[in-house]
Amino acid sequence: MYAPAIVAEAVVNGLLTGSVYALIALGLTLVYGVLHIINFAHGALLTCAMFAVWVAHTALGLDPYLAIPLLTPLFFGLGYVLQRFVIGPASRGNDSNILLVTLGLAIAIENALLAIFRSDTRTLSTDYGFQTVELGPLLIAKPRLIGFAAALATTLILWLALARTDTGKAIRAVAKEKLGARLVGIDVEHVYAVTFGLGCACLAVAACLLMPSFYVNPRVGNAFVLVAFTIVVLGGMDSIPGALLGALFIGAVESLSGLYFGDSLGQLGIFVIFIVVLLVRPTGLFGAKA
Amino acid sequence: MSLSERRPSRRAVLWTGTGAAALLAAPAYLRAQPAAVKIGILQPVTGALAQDGELGRTGAELAIGEINAAGGIKALGGAKLEMVFGDARSNPEAGTQEVERMQSDGVVAIVGGFASPICLAATQAAARYDLPYIVDVGVSDQITGRGLKNTFRFAPGFGIVTAVAVENLTKLNDGAGKPAKTVVLVHEDQLFGSGLAKLMQSELPKRGFDILDTIAHPTPARDMSNIALRIRALNPDLVIPSSYYNEFVLLARTMQQQRIRPKGIYAVLNGAASNYRFVKEFPEAAANVMDCNHWHDPRNPKAAEVKKQVESSGKLWAYNVPLNYSCVKLLADAIERAGAADRGKITEALAATTGAFKGHIMPYGETKFVNGQNQGAAPVNTQVQGNDIKVIFPDAFADARPVFPVGG
Repeated sequence: MYAPAIVAEAVVNGLLTGSVYALIALGLTLVYGVLHIINFAHGALLTCAMFAVWVAHTALGLDPYLAIPLLTPLFFGLGYVLQRFVIGPASRGNDSNILLVTLGLAIAIENALLAIFRSDTRTLSTDYGFQTVELGPLLIAKPRLIGFAAALATTLILWLALARTDTGKAIRAVAKEKLGARLVGIDVEHVYAVTFGLGCACLAVAACLLMPSFYVNPRVGNAFVLVAFTIVVLGGMDSIPGALLGALFIGAVESLSGLYFGDSLGQLGIFVIFIVVLLVRPTGLFGAKA
Repeated sequence: MSLSERRPSRRAVLWTGTGAAALLAAPAYLRAQPAAVKIGILQPVTGALAQDGELGRTGAELAIGEINAAGGIKALGGAKLEMVFGDARSNPEAGTQEVERMQSDGVVAIVGGFASPICLAATQAAARYDLPYIVDVGVSDQITGRGLKNTFRFAPGFGIVTAVAVENLTKLNDGAGKPAKTVVLVHEDQLFGSGLAKLMQSELPKRGFDILDTIAHPTPARDMSNIALRIRALNPDLVIPSSYYNEFVLLARTMQQQRIRPKGIYAVLNGAASNYRFVKEFPEAAANVMDCNHWHDPRNPKAAEVKKQVESSGKLWAYNVPLNYSCVKLLADAIERAGAADRGKITEALAATTGAFKGHIMPYGETKFVNGQNQGAAPVNTQVQGNDIKVIFPDAFADARPVFPVGG
């Protein structure tokens, strides 16, 4: 019922948004793949990162994109410290405890943000926020294109780091066989913390890419994490290409169902997919092992 | 116990005597300083509606300050008005909580609420204590349709506004040679937007307009791309949006970004279309946007004076300011006529308000409450022209000619 150009634009918009979802899902899938836990604090940490971008912009006048090199190491450090000195020790070696610790952390972070920033919804306004780029018949918002490029680059860097560097190899070793890794002299606690740090660093990049066209309030992260969780399940629980492709697919589905069913029901499509995947292919599209 | 112990000492008698003498000698205003009359001002100053709440508070504070500076409530010996402020935090539950708090603080009446859901809940909470409540904006007709004796609305409701909006739109279109035939309605998906869209859907086809689509969106909405795409696909002559501030700004900017240029954007009760912040921050997106909404009476010199006062203090001017200003003036007038800081008497006095009440600065007819609704209330049509907001309808209040069709 819509002209092809309109549908095409909705799909492209969705793919571009999906690339940022991918970053959030990557952090989740990485932590799951290595620590074998669902990080419930992921959404709260994303909110934290988005507020950091907002503060950097309003207080320091820092452009959201320029905040990437500042906030990424900062959040890597935050993640490292959280895992090494809070989550790790508090779990006392029991995986099911980690779930509860991250859940508690999420509640603490969310309420701290609520106390500091109140429940107000805040936005940034940038000169380029509403600029468009013409691609043939399509008018694409500039922040989305930048977000797409930066998200793909970050995914590529992360993938290369895991495939090529010694730390990456150590992370993969711990993910595959924790005891064996410890036996060959890998500091498992350090690797856990690095992995958690990488997950948080992904969130910092995602926050910087989101803020030029998005808003932030103390509960905003949860909506993203629900979507990211669907992506992780769809892509297979610990697969980086799976997370990326799953995210692009989910982004397109969200945008199309928004176009056809209206924005109030836009997320319906995502959760229908979530249920169908769990029923039909619980290992996800790229997951080998259950 | 001996008698001598109970007899007041000489010193005590002396002190008491001096005190009594001093009291008698003191001027009358010290002896009979009347107790301040506490009035509750309820506005959402945090959360999604924070901007509107601040505007409402500005209006109420101005009126209270003015009344106190002019000698307070004369019928109560010059009693000052004391504001008890409550933050409705942009949701009905918080609004109800604040009403409870105001009740325990001993207010005699409440003014405000802003959003329809907050007003509905707050008026009901106040009704339990027979606490008079003047709704400042909340347009849902349910607010005055439940037979609550304590609830009064000075401004027009849904029914009045939409009737006037449709009538003026038809007049506007006929006057320009009927350039507009097709319409897309965009509305927020809660009480206010959905109700308005429903009314438009039944009224516009009767006037020869063809509604191509009705698009709902949530508040807060993070993205208007899909809505803009749908509008682009439908290519209507007119877009009629009813949303709160952030969402309409997002829609107008996304439409501008997507180069969607209908013959007119005719907003009804829109949160942004008659807001100077929108006009100043995004003049291109705001240009020629029309609105059927609350607005002050541009001919009233008092309105101009209040507007100047607000703007010179660096604050924004929007309809919330004159409305809350007028509602507080209405309450003060009722307390004056009631002659007592008594809820029941104030409610009676409010219900008996007549055209003799001239303290307001709205473009309304004679004030008369029927079932809590002011029958003199009416909206006006505004249009953003040359980075200013002008009244284009009705002719009696207009200070500009409409620009329609845009670019035609």
